[in-house]
Amino acid sequence: MILRPRLEDIKIIGYYLGRMIVGLTLTMLVPIVLGLAFAEINPVLDFIIAFEASLAFGLILIRLCATQKDLNWMQGMIVVSLSWIAAMILGAIPMYLSGHWRSFLDACFDAMSGFATTGLTLVQDLDHISYTHNLWRHLIMFIGGQGIVIVALSFFVKGVSGAFKMYVGEARDERIMPNVISTSRFIWLVSMVYLVLGTLALGTTGLLGGMPAMNAFFHGACVFMAAFDTGGFAPQSQNMLYYHSPAFEVITVVIMILGALNFKLHYHVWMGNRREIVKNIETLVLFVAITVAFIVTAAGLAQTGIYPGAGMLFRKGFYQLVSGHTGTGFQTIYPAQFILEWNPLSIAGVICAMALGGAVCSTTGAIKMLRVGIIFKAMKEDLKRVMLSERAVVVEKFHHIKEVFIEDQQVRSALLVTLCYLILYGLGALAGMYYGYPFMDSLFESTSAAANVGLSCGITDVSMPTGLKITYILQMWAGRLEFMSVFTLLGFFIAAIKGKR
Amino acid sequence: MKSNLRPFVLSLILCVLCFKVASAQPALSRDLIDRAAQYDNKSVVLEGEVIGDIMKRGDYVWVNVVNGANAIGIWMKSELASQIQHSGSYKSKGDGVEVAGIFHRACPDHGGDLDIHAHSLRRTAAGRNIQEKINPAKIAQAFILLGFLVLIWILTLLKRK
Repeated sequence: MILRPRLEDIKIIGYYLGRMIVGLTLTMLVPIVLGLAFAEINPVLDFIIAFEASLAFGLILIRLCATQKDLNWMQGMIVVSLSWIAAMILGAIPMYLSGHWRSFLDACFDAMSGFATTGLTLVQDLDHISYTHNLWRHLIMFIGGQGIVIVALSFFVKGVSGAFKMYVGEARDERIMPNVISTSRFIWLVSMVYLVLGTLALGTTGLLGGMPAMNAFFHGACVFMAAFDTGGFAPQSQNMLYYHSPAFEVITVVIMILGALNFKLHYHVWMGNRREIVKNIETLVLFVAITVAFIVTAAGLAQTGIYPGAGMLFRKGFYQLVSGHTGTGFQTIYPAQFILEWNPLSIAGVICAMALGGAVCSTTGAIKMLRVGIIFKAMKEDLKRVMLSERAVVVEKFHHIKEVFIEDQQVRSALLVTLCYLILYGLGALAGMYYGYPFMDSLFESTSAAANVGLSCGITDVSMPTGLKITYILQMWAGRLEFMSVFTLLGFFIAAIKGKR
Repeated sequence: MKSNLRPFVLSLILCVLCFKVASAQPALSRDLIDRAAQYDNKSVVLEGEVIGDIMKRGDYVWVNVVNGANAIGIWMKSELASQIQHSGSYKSKGDGVEVAGIFHRACPDHGGDLDIHAHSLRRTAAGRNIQEKINPAKIAQAFILLGFLVLIWILTLLKRK
C-alpha cells in the first residue's frame, strides 16, 4: 500500500532544500568579486539580482519549514533531486539576465548542462561574453562535478545529520574517509590542488602560445575546471580549436583522464599506494575500453581518408574519443564535421565511448567502468560454471582498493543502472527522431546528453525544438544523479496523488 | 581552324573570369564547414569580426575570425595582422576584416585543424571599445530584492522575540 506523504515530510524536504539553496547561493559571490575586479558593472548586477533572489528563496524555505528532524532515505533522495532542479533555475538567472541566452529555457539548459558537467550549450555570441559570466559557466561545472551536495556539506551546511543520505543520492556511493563531511573536504582538497597545478600548466602554455598573461591564466582556470570536472564548456565559441595548440590538447587530455578517475583512487595514490593505479579494475577497464573504442574510431577515420597522416588521424581521433570517454566534451573539430566528415563506424566508436564513461566516484557520468568490469566478471563466472565440472567451486573477484568477491547483489545493481542508462540513451534518440533528425545524429546527441558528455554533432542549437531541449535537460539531470533520487522523486509525486492517508 | 577555336577560347576565358569572381565572393563560415570537402585547398575569402587574442607563433600569428555562429582560425604572417587594432571581447567590438587565403578542411601543417592560411587581409570596418551603459532597471531590481531580504530578516528577528 502506498502512503500519501505527510506534511512533515514536505517540511523536512523544504528545510534541507532551503539550506542547500543558501549554500549554493553563496557560490555566486565568486563571480561578483571577479566582476568587480574587472569593472563589469552590468554582469555584477546580474549576479547581485540572482544572489538576492536565490537567498530570499532559500531563507523563506528554511523559515517556513523550520524543523529539527533528521532526513530519512526518501527525504534525502528528494532533497538531492530537487536541489539540482533549484540549482538549474537559480543558476540560470544571471545567465538569462546577460542577454546571451535567447530564452529562460535556453539559460536553464546551459545551467543544467553546466551543473551536470555535460557541456552542450545554447549560448549566443559567446566570444563577446563578460569574464563574470564566463567564470560562472565554468564554476558551475566545478561545483556540479564535485556535486552540489558536496559543496554545501563541505563549506556551507554545518551539522547536517542526514548528510550521508544526500551524498548517496548524488550518485556517490563510495566513502573515502570515515564520514561524509571529511570525504567531501578531501574531494575538494584534491580538486583545489589540481586546480592550481592545472591552471599553471594551461596558463603557461597559453602564455607561450601568444596569449596575454591575464587571458592565458583566466582561460587556464576555466579550461581546467571544465576538463577536470569532465564538463566541456570553453571560454570561446571554437572550444579547443581556439587555442591552435597541440600542447594545450595534451595537457587537457591528462586533466580529463585525471577527472575520470575515482577520487578514492586519487586518495590511495596520494597516500603512496601507486600500484593501485595498475591493479584497480576501473583503470584497467578504462584502458581497455579506450583502446578498443579508439581502434574502432581510427578504422572508421582511416576509411574516410580525411586525415591522410597517421599523426593527424591520431590527434583528431584520440582527442575526440578521450573527450567522449571521460565525459568531457571538448572538441577540436566543429560539430557538423562529425556527421558530414566522419563515417558511421568512427561515430559508433565515439558513441560507445560516451556511453561507457569513467570511474564511479569521479566527476564523469554514464554507465561507468566499475559496473562494466563487474558485468564482465559476472559473465566470466557464469561461463566458467558452464564450462567446468558441476562440482567445481567457481568464484570471481576483482581488485578495487581491496580484493572483492563478486556477489549477485553487486551484479544486479550494476546491470540495473546499465539498463537504465541504455533506456535513457534510447529514449533521447527516439525523441530526436520524432523531431525529424536522422537516427545516428539523434543517438549521438542523446547519448552525449544522458552520459553528461557534451560532444555535439550539431543538433544542440538555439533553433532546436523546445520539446527536445526539455528532453535533453531531463536526460542530463537523470544521467548525472544515476536515477535513484529521480525515481524517488517520481515515486513521491505518485504517492502524493494516489497514496492512502 | 583559327576561327573555329575562337568561340571556344572566348568561352574558356569567360568561365575562368566567372570562377574568379565567384571565388572572390566572401564565403560564410557555416558554408565553409558544411561544404569543407568542396572548398578544401581552394582559395576562399572570409569576411568577419576578429575575436579573442591574436596569438603570435614565430613569424606568424593565429587570428580567429567570427562570421555568423562560427569562428575560424586564420594563420597569417605577423605583418598582415599588424593592421588589426581591435579584437572582439565583452568590452570591445573587433575590427571587421576580409581575409583571402587557402582553406583546409584538415590542415596538414596544423594537425588536421580546419583553418585558412591567409595571403591577404583587408580591414573593412574599424572596431571600437565599448563603453558599458549601466542598466537602471537592473539597479532597481537589485534594490527591490534587497528590501525584500531585509524584510525577511526583520520578520525572523520578530519571530525570535
